[in-house]
Amino acid sequence: MNWLIDFFGNPDNWSGPGAIPVRLLEHLGFSAAALVLAALIGIPLGLLIGHTGKGSVIVVVSANLARALPTLGLLVLIVLLLGTASIWPVLIPLVALAVPPILVNTFEGIRGVDPELRDAAYGMGLRGPQVLFKVLVPVALPLVMLGLRLAAVQVVATAAVAAYVGLGGLGRYIIDGLATQDYESVVGGSVLIVGFALAVQGLFTLAQKVMVSPGVSQRLRVR
Amino acid sequence: MITFDSVTKRYPDGFVAVDDLSLEAETGQITVLVGPSGCGKTTTLRMINRMIDATEGQILLDGSDVRQIDPPTLRRGIGYVIQQAGLFPHRKIVDNVATVPYLLGWEKKKARDRAMELLERVGLDPKMAQRYPFQLSGGQQQRVGVARALAADPPVLLMDEPFSAVDPIVRTSLQEELLRLQAELNKTIVFVTHDIDEAIKLGDKVAVLRVGGKLAQFAAPKTLLSEPADDFVREFLGRDRGIRRLSFVSSSYLKLRTDLTVTSSSAAGPSDDAWLMVVSEDGKPVGWLDRDEPFGTYVHGKDSLRAALDAALLSSSGQAVALDESGRVVGVATRKALDEALSEAADG
Ligand SMILES: Nc1ncnc2c1ncn2[C@@H]1O[C@H](COP(=O)(O)OP(=O)(O)O)[C@@H](O)[C@H]1O
Ligand SMILES: [Mg+2]
Repeated sequence: MNWLIDFFGNPDNWSGPGAIPVRLLEHLGFSAAALVLAALIGIPLGLLIGHTGKGSVIVVVSANLARALPTLGLLVLIVLLLGTASIWPVLIPLVALAVPPILVNTFEGIRGVDPELRDAAYGMGLRGPQVLFKVLVPVALPLVMLGLRLAAVQVVATAAVAAYVGLGGLGRYIIDGLATQDYESVVGGSVLIVGFALAVQGLFTLAQKVMVSPGVSQRLRVR
Repeated sequence: MITFDSVTKRYPDGFVAVDDLSLEAETGQITVLVGPSGCGKTTTLRMINRMIDATEGQILLDGSDVRQIDPPTLRRGIGYVIQQAGLFPHRKIVDNVATVPYLLGWEKKKARDRAMELLERVGLDPKMAQRYPFQLSGGQQQRVGVARALAADPPVLLMDEPFSAVDPIVRTSLQEELLRLQAELNKTIVFVTHDIDEAIKLGDKVAVLRVGGKLAQFAAPKTLLSEPADDFVREFLGRDRGIRRLSFVSSSYLKLRTDLTVTSSSAAGPSDDAWLMVVSEDGKPVGWLDRDEPFGTYVHGKDSLRAALDAALLSSSGQAVALDESGRVVGVATRKALDEALSEAADG
């Protein structure tokens, strides 16, 4: 507990390039960029595969890969290939980490929609893309959002690896702290990352409440 | 009019679900497709709006081949009601009903006004409009399904076992609602059911299908009951065909006696064997004169001969009390009158 008070009370941690707000923004930057890229890949792919039923092998492979893929190993490999001059060595592993939960959940959400409902939509005269965007997506939205939330939390927690290759982010407090046996820093950095992850989780939960139709979440009482 | 001209549907696995089917569903009438489970009713129905495409033969909608029309365009002009309603869970009831008007590009206000009008038409409280489907009972959802199908005022309505998932009491009221609506709207309706009683109740004409998608008989319900084409149809129709057929014979054939009623004030002495009906000042039936026994009534000319017979069986006297539509006694149908009407009905 004292470490925490010392860490957050230390004026050095509030100014200069190593200030907490700066590190927080760096961390947010990596995480947001990785999540947006992953969403741009995972959501359209999940929608397409779920709607057409073609290419579901991609989803299976992606899900298995996600379990097998060592983020740190991938990071080191990419650094060796690309050097550390750019942000890509960090982004690529983070995106690779974030795509599977988004893709798998989007796919499952779309595919899991009651076939009767899909049938009724076509029967009313909706065209294929209308069925997808006007019916399947709104009904599958809770799962799509779940995928995004899982991905976001993982990305935020894992973005600490950026510090390994000399890039910024909250991971710096941990890596640098370990190197100099400065445990205040290690604990403070960990707490910041955990707090950040919780905040992200909360944000997505809130977004889900706002975006998902009450008819789907069945949140309303019968009046 | 919907015309099936030698239509066959063979599924990719080679199974023939509909075999060389030819029939016509008349404009403004309810045509029922009935038969045991798996006999190809759904397949037949869905070939009309091209949810399934026929393998051979032609389906004509007012003379034009449905295969020439782009499916979504075709479907927007055909109301479609399915068993589990298939309402969109994320949309409020009013927007569910307005689905096709929205697709057709109606203004939002106009589409919603139309939806509200239809909700009322199908007997739903306007308060339901702002609810979501999960907040409605099965029967209510089914009504919404019917309203949705009618929203853009299509001339044709396809209904696939729309009432089979609700309990019998709700089903009866939905059936009556449909007949009432149809009397106002005169749609060309193709109605699928596996329930022969529902078929006979709703159909202007009934097509009985046997497994393998072959047409066993296509006739008016009355004809079906009196002249089933073969053993399959006879068995499918079940028991009591004779009695059930009386549902299609009007009670107006009954010759009523008006000398068997008395007003309470002028109660003349009864003859020992005749049962006299006491009628109140305003014409309503009161009871048998000097006999505290039950009596049965029917509405003369409106109810069927079956209802009149039922009324007679409920009366201790064996006589049915005939009422007009406002409930006033118009006479009494004696056993003799019933006997005559029944033998006439039996002769066709
Ligand atoms: N997509 C399909 N592929 C193969 N056979 C099918 C398919 N759909 C339906 N069938 C078969 O066709 C027959 C008729 O089905 P259906 O029209 O749904 O019958 P019903 O509505 O009278 O119960 C059934 O035996 C069913 O198993
Ligand atoms: Mg069926």
